[in-house]
Amino acid sequence: MIRFIIKGIVRDKSKSLIPIAVISVGVMVTVLMFGFLKGVFSDVINQNARLDTGHVKIMTKPYAENKEQLPNDLALLDIRELIDSLNQNFPEMIWTPRIKFGGIMDVPDNFGNTKSQGPGMGLALALFDKDSKELERLKLSESVEKGSLPNKKGQILLSDNYANKLNINPGETITFFGSTMEGSMVFQNYEMSGTVRFGSPLMDKSTFIIDILDAQIMLDMNNGSGEILGYFKNNKYDDKRALTIAKKFNSKYISSSDEYAPVMVTLKDQNDLRASLEMGDAFSGVFLFVFIIAMSLVLWNTGLIGGLRRYNEFGIRLAIGESKSNIFRILLVEASVIGIIGSLIGTSLGILFCYYLQEVGIDISKDIANSTIIMPSVMRAYVTSDLFYIGFIPGLFSMLFGTALSGRGIYKRETARLFKELEV
Amino acid sequence: MDFMKKRHIINFLSFLMSFHLFAQKSSEQALKIIEKIDKNMFAKTQVVTSEMVVYGKRKKRIIKSRGYSKGVENNYTEYLFPEREKGTKMLKLGNRLWIYSPYTDRTIQLSGHLLRQSVMGSDLSYEDMMEERKLSEIYTANIIGNEVYNEVEVWVMELIAKVEGLAYHKRTIWIDKNKYVPLKENLFAKSGTLLKSTTFSDVKRIDSRWFPMKMNYKDVLKSGNGTDFIILDISFDTQIPDNYFSKNILKR
Repeated sequence: MIRFIIKGIVRDKSKSLIPIAVISVGVMVTVLMFGFLKGVFSDVINQNARLDTGHVKIMTKPYAENKEQLPNDLALLDIRELIDSLNQNFPEMIWTPRIKFGGIMDVPDNFGNTKSQGPGMGLALALFDKDSKELERLKLSESVEKGSLPNKKGQILLSDNYANKLNINPGETITFFGSTMEGSMVFQNYEMSGTVRFGSPLMDKSTFIIDILDAQIMLDMNNGSGEILGYFKNNKYDDKRALTIAKKFNSKYISSSDEYAPVMVTLKDQNDLRASLEMGDAFSGVFLFVFIIAMSLVLWNTGLIGGLRRYNEFGIRLAIGESKSNIFRILLVEASVIGIIGSLIGTSLGILFCYYLQEVGIDISKDIANSTIIMPSVMRAYVTSDLFYIGFIPGLFSMLFGTALSGRGIYKRETARLFKELEV
Repeated sequence: MDFMKKRHIINFLSFLMSFHLFAQKSSEQALKIIEKIDKNMFAKTQVVTSEMVVYGKRKKRIIKSRGYSKGVENNYTEYLFPEREKGTKMLKLGNRLWIYSPYTDRTIQLSGHLLRQSVMGSDLSYEDMMEERKLSEIYTANIIGNEVYNEVEVWVMELIAKVEGLAYHKRTIWIDKNKYVPLKENLFAKSGTLLKSTTFSDVKRIDSRWFPMKMNYKDVLKSGNGTDFIILDISFDTQIPDNYFSKNILKR
């Protein structure tokens, strides 16, 4: 039966060409949009996790309330003890301290006078602690543009844009000028080891990286840090697990009278990510729904035209005794086959374009040059396993729905008038 | 009828003239007051040993320094305490500011928006420290009220910037009517937003002038108790060697 229907579809191209074309285009756009949105959202999550939020983050309560101001005077203290306890209670996570701080970078000329200077954003992380996996996490080795990563105390890594702005090269000395945790004036010379490109305009603008021990000494933050980040060992964010861990951790301190008690927040509960990602998911759902409706309307119309063209065929089949429901059923089977063929073509094309966008991407660095949120500078689609079936939902459904709507006409045919209609 | 009309016009013009004369007189009086304040607060030279008490969220810090100033353009400050700050020097010549750190043996020049950064975590910015021009030279003044502030009779004066590029476009100052020293000051941005509030206390007579020996600077955009600036010792019009106001002093 199916073979007979397929033969009919292949041999009578007027029966299938337009529906297959409509479905192919619709499915292709659906797959492409789905892969692209998924890629962008997943990049936003990963980049925020790597550079800023962790999968969970611990701060003191007042630090969390003012975190945009990088208030290191409200930082966590006794962090070694806290990390030991975290390792014991939550062994599925890797815990690593980070300090974010602001200051001025000043490059001296040969006489020690200011050659160039500019405000910068410091990021101190456990560069030399292999267990922290910070180098791999931030993909620093792959991101080196000039020179090398710091390999000893007193070295500093600058974002490539910032280094170019300050006109400094690897091996040269640069002076940090800022304030300690308590606000004392601090000057510190560093040897610039190299430059990196983070792939986020916000970070690439004026970020510099030093080792956390250097920062703790410089900023008078012995055994302290602004934040402790937690990452799942499999490096994949799991919102449910993260929420459970945060709830368990926070329950210990909920009734604490310590003004500086720690508080844990999940990735999605930072930088307005939960709302943004939920809105993105809702947008994807609405997009899929609108596409199904739009394609159904087109296919309904196509079905009606096909129904008119096949008016005589249905009449003859009814006249020779085929039941209306059987014709309608075969029409639906035909629609399913056409839907599957269109979905296969559309999915293949969609995945092909997704793969292109995965490898090449769309560079938006100029458009978000002044962005204050962490966003990837290149938007990419991702080819994932769900792309192989997601297009079949609108492809099949819209074809079946369109055919069902147009096929209702079969039930309106009256057997008594068939011979007159067929002019026999 | 014509006579009545003319009389009305003459009356109105007289009212306008007397109002104008009154406003002029008030403005002249305000100018005289701020000139007297300038006379109290500024000298040809000043040598000040002071303590700055910065109230941090977790602890307070005391920073001791000695400052030398010549006119309103030149200022040299050397930090004496605590150990971390000892030997740090700051030199202001005109509108340029250099900071020297003995730890790194570097001299850094600050300019532009970097001057709005806080000095040692205090409520004072470098810009605040640099802006030492006489009030009468950069503001127009008006008396807007008479009050009793902390049991002292004061004028409340509003000062509006008459030159461009000042850190504070408007100031409201409460001035002691007898000693001609400010007791309180609110500093506003051009938008009208209150940025800082300063209170002056412990007014002492030094030579022929009155001078507040304690000030509390409060950045209203920051939480906390502000920063106290306590003068331990001050001398006016003493001889200061010229080399104190040259860049060579920094690395000495």
